[in-house]
Amino acid sequence: MASATYLLDLFVGSFVLGSMYALLSIGMSIIYGILRLINFAHGAMLMVGAYFYIMFLAMGLDPVLSLPLSMALGAVLGVAIDFFAYRPLRGGPELSMLITSLGVYIFLENLVRIIATPQPRVFPLPDFLKGIYRYGDFSVRVIEIFTIVSTLVLFAILVLFFKRTKLGIAMRATADDLEASVLMGIDANRIIMVAFALASMVAALTGFLWGGMYGQVDPTTGFMPGVKAFIAAVVGGIGSLTGSVLGGYILGYAEIFSVGLLPPEYSGLRDGISFLILIVILLIRPYGLFGREVERV
Amino acid sequence: MRTARTGARQLITAVVVGAIVLLLIDRFASGYYKYLIELMGIYAILTVSLGLTNGFTDVFSLGHVGFMAVGAYTAALLTFPLEKRPDYFPELPEILRGAYLPYPVALIVGGLLAAAIAFVIGFPVLRLKGHYLAVATLGFMAVVYSLLLNLEPITRGALGISGIPEYTNLWWIYLWLGLTIYVTWRLIDSYHGRAMIAIREDSIAAQSLGIDTFRYRMMAFVMGAFFAGVAGGLYAHLITLIDPRAFSFVLTFNVIIMLIVGGMYTISGAWLGAVLFTVLMQALKPVEEITGLYGLVELIFSALLVAIMIYKPRGLLEEELPQLVRRWLRAGEGTS
Repeated sequence: MASATYLLDLFVGSFVLGSMYALLSIGMSIIYGILRLINFAHGAMLMVGAYFYIMFLAMGLDPVLSLPLSMALGAVLGVAIDFFAYRPLRGGPELSMLITSLGVYIFLENLVRIIATPQPRVFPLPDFLKGIYRYGDFSVRVIEIFTIVSTLVLFAILVLFFKRTKLGIAMRATADDLEASVLMGIDANRIIMVAFALASMVAALTGFLWGGMYGQVDPTTGFMPGVKAFIAAVVGGIGSLTGSVLGGYILGYAEIFSVGLLPPEYSGLRDGISFLILIVILLIRPYGLFGREVERV
Repeated sequence: MRTARTGARQLITAVVVGAIVLLLIDRFASGYYKYLIELMGIYAILTVSLGLTNGFTDVFSLGHVGFMAVGAYTAALLTFPLEKRPDYFPELPEILRGAYLPYPVALIVGGLLAAAIAFVIGFPVLRLKGHYLAVATLGFMAVVYSLLLNLEPITRGALGISGIPEYTNLWWIYLWLGLTIYVTWRLIDSYHGRAMIAIREDSIAAQSLGIDTFRYRMMAFVMGAFFAGVAGGLYAHLITLIDPRAFSFVLTFNVIIMLIVGGMYTISGAWLGAVLFTVLMQALKPVEEITGLYGLVELIFSALLVAIMIYKPRGLLEEELPQLVRRWLRAGEGTS
């Protein structure tokens, strides 16, 4: 039943979906690492990023220029959200930030709904990403290759950033122990700003890839990817860069293969499967596959 | 000093006043407003029962609507007319084909099934803390949602169940709301309730005082699930049509917003949040329609939620309503 080409299709499909989960999950993980905030609004940043890109295109800009601009605008928005919504809550109970991020998510979704109407929008890809390569029965889209490659490149850049640069090391220190890092002269608010800018920028890029893959976006597009990204981050070990990337791939593969190999009547269970993975992981290894065990009271 | 007698007198007053108000609404409110008031009552049952876990213990659950869905589908199936079942559910399992219960019993069975599920998933989920618990319960909700969509022989999938007999009326809803509030209030005022609040304030300190934190978390979780299940049954027999989308993330968020804006540390805050939400929703709908800005209500509510978290994190009502009223009355006496 399952031919080699079909399996290869599933393999590539999982790799692509996993890459997008991984990108979002990195942002989720960076923010959680420093603020202990599950940022539900992170998924909305994906959706907003895709809309920014469409907006710049509509203003007549070149696609090659629109993508970096939408990422930059995404970063600005991320920092602004932190400033207005999360900063006043620093030092408060951790759940109040979680609740606030739910509010921010609903706010962004409905703001886009009002400005850009609830109807799905066609997401135009630049010409050089539109092609398809065919090898007999097997075919792969250029945007799929682009997604995989850009994820891996970005991951490598981020690893270097966190290992080698002063700012990256300061961010890791802040994630390890916020108070101690402040005592060492690290400006925590600046670090948090960088974290939001970085995470939101990557989310906007993911929005571009997501829109390109599925051909359209609507105001609710970001919710499920956002939740999945969190699951991926937890599965991999939240706060760990490698962990959240691997978590993203694990989730991507689990979803696509469970849908692809199970009889079609079970395909609707896809979202349920991710959450089952989450619950199982939380029970047997609450700190994730690559996470370190932290204070468990 | 509150004694058993003044407590009983307050209770009787509340019941009598409530009954008169309901009678007036039943008599004079037009069909549409009556429907809104009914919906408001169901939201209030949801928020008060969610407050039991999210407000009075440290279990911040996002899975409440999942329990509501379980209750709704259970009660709807149990009261579904027997002769219509072969047409609506051709592949219904043998046991369910002839299982019929009268409406009030079906409501309770729906609640009990929700409570039983809460008990089972409580064992793994309630061992988690804070964030992780919130996401795991959201996961439970998503699993329920995808089961509703996919267990087609029983739930009819995306089609949903239509033609549910319309048994729910104002009286049933407010009877259950009264019961929910009464049970919650008695619980919070008891030894068990104090233990729950102690866990919320500082679970380690509570544990060191010999409070079995797991047991009380479970108690709150299971009781909250029971009332959510009943609310689901009431909802199914009010709307007469249920489908999975009615129990999606949108409702989950709305219930959370109502609870937090109203004030999740008090019972009055919880139901007041539901009242406020329904009223504002209705007041703003025309604005939405005239301006064509669909989503405005949600936008305002989410902004309100963020503002509340920043400026008034305990919600609008930090004290129970009777206490507030009593204080106002006393202050009035002092000035005159």
